[in-house]
Amino acid sequence: MTSADTALKRPAGAPAKAEISDRGRAERRLGLLLSAPAVIVMLLVTAYPLINAVYQSLFSYRLTAPDDRRFVGLGNYGTALSDPLFWQTVVTTLIITVVTVGVELVIGFALAMVMHRAVFGRRTVRTAILLPYGIVTVISAFAWKYAFDVQSGFVNSWFGLGDFAWFSDRWAATFVIILSEIWKTTPFVSLLLLAGLAQVPRDLGEAATVDGATAWQRLKRVTIPNMKAAILVAVLFRTLDAWRIFDNVFIMTSGQEKTQVLSFLTYQQIITRTELGLGNAVGVLLFLSVVLIAAVFIKGFRVDLSQVRGD
Amino acid sequence: MVERVGRAREPGRARWRGGGTGRHGPPGKVRGAVALALMAGGLTACGGGGGTPKLTWYINPDSGGQAAIAKSCTQAAGGKYRIETSLLPSDATAQREQLIRRLAAKDSGLDLMSLDPVFVAEAANAGFLRPFAKGEAAPLTEGVFDTAVQSSMWEGKLYAAPFWANTQLLWYRKSVAKKAGIDPAAPGFTWDKLLDAANRTNTTIGVQGNRYEGYMVWINALIASAGGRIISDAEKGDEASIDIDSPAAEQAASIISRLARSSAASPTLSTDIEEQSRATINGPRGGFLLNWGYVWRAEKGDAEAGAIDKSIIGDLGWARYPRVNPQQESKPPFGGIEIGIGAYGKHRDDLAVEAVRCITSAANMKRYMLDEGNVAARPAIFDDPDILKEFPMAPLMRDSIATAGPRPATPYYADVSGAIQNRWHPPASVNPNTTPRKSAEFIREVLQGKALL
Repeated sequence: MTSADTALKRPAGAPAKAEISDRGRAERRLGLLLSAPAVIVMLLVTAYPLINAVYQSLFSYRLTAPDDRRFVGLGNYGTALSDPLFWQTVVTTLIITVVTVGVELVIGFALAMVMHRAVFGRRTVRTAILLPYGIVTVISAFAWKYAFDVQSGFVNSWFGLGDFAWFSDRWAATFVIILSEIWKTTPFVSLLLLAGLAQVPRDLGEAATVDGATAWQRLKRVTIPNMKAAILVAVLFRTLDAWRIFDNVFIMTSGQEKTQVLSFLTYQQIITRTELGLGNAVGVLLFLSVVLIAAVFIKGFRVDLSQVRGD
Repeated sequence: MVERVGRAREPGRARWRGGGTGRHGPPGKVRGAVALALMAGGLTACGGGGGTPKLTWYINPDSGGQAAIAKSCTQAAGGKYRIETSLLPSDATAQREQLIRRLAAKDSGLDLMSLDPVFVAEAANAGFLRPFAKGEAAPLTEGVFDTAVQSSMWEGKLYAAPFWANTQLLWYRKSVAKKAGIDPAAPGFTWDKLLDAANRTNTTIGVQGNRYEGYMVWINALIASAGGRIISDAEKGDEASIDIDSPAAEQAASIISRLARSSAASPTLSTDIEEQSRATINGPRGGFLLNWGYVWRAEKGDAEAGAIDKSIIGDLGWARYPRVNPQQESKPPFGGIEIGIGAYGKHRDDLAVEAVRCITSAANMKRYMLDEGNVAARPAIFDDPDILKEFPMAPLMRDSIATAGPRPATPYYADVSGAIQNRWHPPASVNPNTTPRKSAEFIREVLQGKALL
C-alpha cells in the first residue's frame, strides 16, 4: 500500500500524524533499513571526501611538505577569487558550456525527431546516432586532436588550410574542443529528447493538423510545450556535464593558449602542483558553482527530475 | 496514415526487444568465464614467484631496454631477488605526478624508480627517497659525469644513482648548412648565426615550444648559456633567490621571440614536443633541430623502415649546442634518468641497493645505450669501440654532458618550471623587455601559494 493510497482513504480534515498505524510505522522502519546501506555508501564516497576537501581548503598544505602545513582560514579562497587566471577559466568554461549546450539542443532535437519518425531502418538509425556517445571521451579527444593536427591530421588537407595550427590559437583550439564535445554528447541530449517526444500525445498533433496547423506551428505550439520538462532536464544534465568538462581539454591542449577550464585548473593545483589547500579551494568553488546551476534550474525553472530519467 | 505508422513501428519494437532478450543469455556464461579466467590468473600470479622477493621498478616508457636490464639483473641475482618493471606515463610531468602520489601514500610496493633528475630534489626533500650511505654511494658515483652526480644529490647526500645522461645537440642538414655558407660545428657558432642561416635558406629550426617541461629545457639552456640562472639558494624553499630577471634571461627571451616570429619557426611551434620537432628536419623545409641524443637512433630507424628518405642520414650533421654570446661556451641541456629507491619499500636497505648497483653498472649502461640510443652516464663508455662505431657523435655528447647547464635543483621544481612555462608561452608572445621580469614576479607569487597555475 503506497502513501498515496493512504491519503486517498483518509477522511478529509483528519490530522495526518495520528493516522499512522503500527503497520505503517513498521513499513517506514523497513524502508529506512533498506535504504540505509545506500545512504552509508553515499556518505562514505561523497560526503566524506567533500567535507575533507572543505577542511583541507582552509590550510596552506603541500603534499610534498606535510610538516609546513598551516591554517590560513579562507585565504585560499581569497587567492583563487582574486586571481585573474580563475576568472579567465570561468569565462572559457562558460563559453564552452553555453555554445555546446545550445548547439546540442538544436541538433539533438533534430536527431530525436529522426529517431522518433524513422519508419524503416529504425535500429540502424538509432545505433548510428547513439554511436559517438558509446565512445570513451579520452579516445574521442585523441581522435579529434589527431584529425586537426598539422602533421598527422586530415582536416587541413581536406579544407586546404595549409599548415594552420589549430591548437596554437585560443579560439581555434576552443572551437575544436567544442566541436568534439558536441559530437560526443549530442546523442545523450537526443536520447533525453526522444523520451520527451514519446510522451507527447499523438492525438494533440493530429487535432492540430485537422485544425490546419502547419508543421512549424505544430512543433512550436504542440510538441515543444508538451515536452518542456524533458528539454529542461536535458539542458540541466548537459549544462552540469559541460561545466565540468575535463578530458577534451586535458588531451587536446593541456590548458595552453588560455583553454584552461575549471576542472583542469583544480587538477593542476592538486595533482600537478600538489598544493592541496589551494587546489581544494578551487575544487570547492567548482562544486559550489555546480550546486548553483542545479539550484537555478530546479527552483527557477521548476525542473521535475522525476519526470524524465536520462540515465 | 496514423495506422500505417503504428504498424510499421511494432515490428521494429519487437526486433529491439528480441535483440534484448537475445543478449541476456550469454552474459551469464561470459561472466562465469571471466570469473574463472580471473581466478586462474590470480593463482598463477601467486604461484609464479616461488618465494623470491620481488622488487618493482617503475620505469619511463622505452623500447624494452629497461625491461631487458631488469631481466638480466634478475638472472645475475641468482634467486636473491627478481625485478619486475611497471610502466609510468610518457611525459616527465605525468611520471612525477604518479610517483609523488604513490610515495605520499607510503606505497611499500614502490622499490625502484626511474626519476627525471629535476625531481630528485623534491622527492628527497619530502623524505620519499632512501638516501645512499657513503659506502654505497661510492661505486654509484665514481667514474660518473659530475653533472649527473650533482643532479642526484640533495643537501650533500646521494638520493639517486645516475643511470643514463642526456644532452641536446644541434642537428642539421649538411646540404642546408653548405647552402647557407656556415659551419655549425665551428667554434663560436651562435644562435644569431643559426637564425640568420635558417632565414636566408628559408628552412626551419626545430625546437620544443609546447607548454611542457621540454620548453623549460630550452629556456634554461639559453639562460645558462648566456651566463645566467633561474634561481639560486634553492634549499631555502619558497624563500629561494629568484634570479631570472637578468640580462642573460633578456638575451634568452630575445632569441626565443626572434625565432618564434620568423619563418624559421615550425608552424606548430607552440605545441611542438620532441617528436614533432624532429619531424620538421625531415620535411621539405627541414634545416636545423635542437634535440636530445635519441635523434640519431630514431632517424636511422625511420630511414631503415622507409618512413623518411634514406639520403637524410648521410645529410645529417651534428654540432654542439649553439652559443648565445660568441665568446662564451654554451651550456647544453642536461637530462637523463636516475634510479631512486622508494623510502617505504620492504627491501630498501639491502636488495634494492644491490639492484641499483646492477642496473647502473657500466656494462648495463653501455648495453642500454646500444639498445635504446640513450646516452650512458659514465664518460669512459664513450671511448668504447662498439659505442664509437654506433654513435659517431659520442665524443661530442660526452663533452656536452660534462659541461651541461642543469635545470635548477629545488624541492619546488614543478612550481618554478610551471610558472616559467606559463609566462613564457606561447614562444611568439615572449618579450625580452618584460617577460623575464614578469616571470620573476610570478615565480615568487606561485612559490608563496599566492597565485594559481
